[in-house]
Amino acid sequence: MKRIIILWLAFLPLVFTISCNSDVTESKSQETYQCPMKCEGDKIYIEEGSCPVCKMDLKPVADAPVLADEISELSIFNLTSNWTDQNNRTIELKELKGDVLVVVMIYTSCKAACPRLVADMRNIRKEVGERDNVNYVLVSIDPKTDTPARLKEFSIENFMDDEHWTFLNGSEENVREFANVLAMKYKSISPLDFSHSNIISVFNVGGELEFQQEGLGVDNKEIVASINKLVK
Amino acid sequence: MIKYFIFCSFILNSLVGFTQEKSEMKEIHGGTFVPLYGSDSSEVIVAPFLLDVYPVTNKKYKEFVVENEKWRKSKVIQLFADDNYLYKWYSDTEYPKSMLENAPITNISWYAAKAYCAVQGKRLPTMDEWEFVAMASESLANAQTDSVFNQRIIEGYELPKTYAKPVGSTFKNYWGIYDMHGLVWEWTNDFNSVMITGESRQDASSESTLFCGSAAVNATNLMNYAAFMRYAFRGSIKANYNIRTLGFRCASNESEKAD
Repeated sequence: MKRIIILWLAFLPLVFTISCNSDVTESKSQETYQCPMKCEGDKIYIEEGSCPVCKMDLKPVADAPVLADEISELSIFNLTSNWTDQNNRTIELKELKGDVLVVVMIYTSCKAACPRLVADMRNIRKEVGERDNVNYVLVSIDPKTDTPARLKEFSIENFMDDEHWTFLNGSEENVREFANVLAMKYKSISPLDFSHSNIISVFNVGGELEFQQEGLGVDNKEIVASINKLVK
Repeated sequence: MIKYFIFCSFILNSLVGFTQEKSEMKEIHGGTFVPLYGSDSSEVIVAPFLLDVYPVTNKKYKEFVVENEKWRKSKVIQLFADDNYLYKWYSDTEYPKSMLENAPITNISWYAAKAYCAVQGKRLPTMDEWEFVAMASESLANAQTDSVFNQRIIEGYELPKTYAKPVGSTFKNYWGIYDMHGLVWEWTNDFNSVMITGESRQDASSESTLFCGSAAVNATNLMNYAAFMRYAFRGSIKANYNIRTLGFRCASNESEKAD
């Protein structure tokens, strides 16, 4: 009797290993393989082996990335950062999805370029006319000074206080990341002042960058045309 | 068989020990310095912080992509890295044998470098922090006026394929940090604070010194020329670029030292 138990115990791990092995082969059979050098383009093999052209081992094909709500890889809605708007509402960028976005980065204590950038934004809106699905977004590069309350004040002072204007306050980290998405440069040059590039960017409803206007007081014709084209 | 196991575990242990040693950090006491490209009051204060002794290696970066699928070559999204991301890698988790495991990782974007540091509980160093450490020679915290040191940096920029060398192959500086010069360029957190667009040149005249030829001529020492190259390089890149000669290392705040 003892001997049987010992024998059975000895076999136990073996049984487990076998069952494990079969699991592995099962999942493997669902994978597809491809030449790592793509000698035959996107040709896919069902079994492991080597590439008939370059003789390299075939590699499993990785699944295509699945993106939430079908936004493209270039969409700014891939950024998951949290922001606070001028009405103290916490939002993620993807909540702005569905509108054409006209985006500029400013700081409200700015005396030099920003007032003109803000004026440019107002002029663009005037030239585009009253459209339902265009959102004009102003992101502060000085989040410490530009609290949501300060942004609210600023929006009222500058007659930018309706639902088509969005002012965003975020962490320094998130602002830096957002600036990089816009290829916008900025630097704090004293406690209250920044130097920064003057760029107004247009994003389509899917959050992809469509157009950038660089400079101050330039002719808005092109940017207005690009917005109108996107709104249709 | 047992002997084989012991041998294997010995090798493994020594490998683990090796990688731990490589992500070691050193304390930078901080201080003030005058960067090539500073603020209104040209002197910048650098608070004490910790910096990786070596740039992040291929091996360490591979461990990162194995654990963080989002940053694998096939998964990374275009917004965060262009087509040159991990350019030479065969697959998501394999790089060619020609790339040393302890050579610095390159062909990574700013977003990727930032994510890597975040996973380690660290961050990218700021440009001022990086430059502060970079002005140290073997014996001096500030070697900006040492002409031999400066000459060496510039000569280092002329050497080809230094990115393929193992980390630690250049000199150890005053702070105990290796490879600030002579191996790879490195990402910094606020690299996008260097302005070179024509527009910013007009409205920020104080910054024009960086891009105007006369500024280089007026530079007080040769170090400024090497620094000029670094700043100009930073000003020319975008965060989703992946460049063969551009790597990174991580920093962290002094207060997190206990971790």
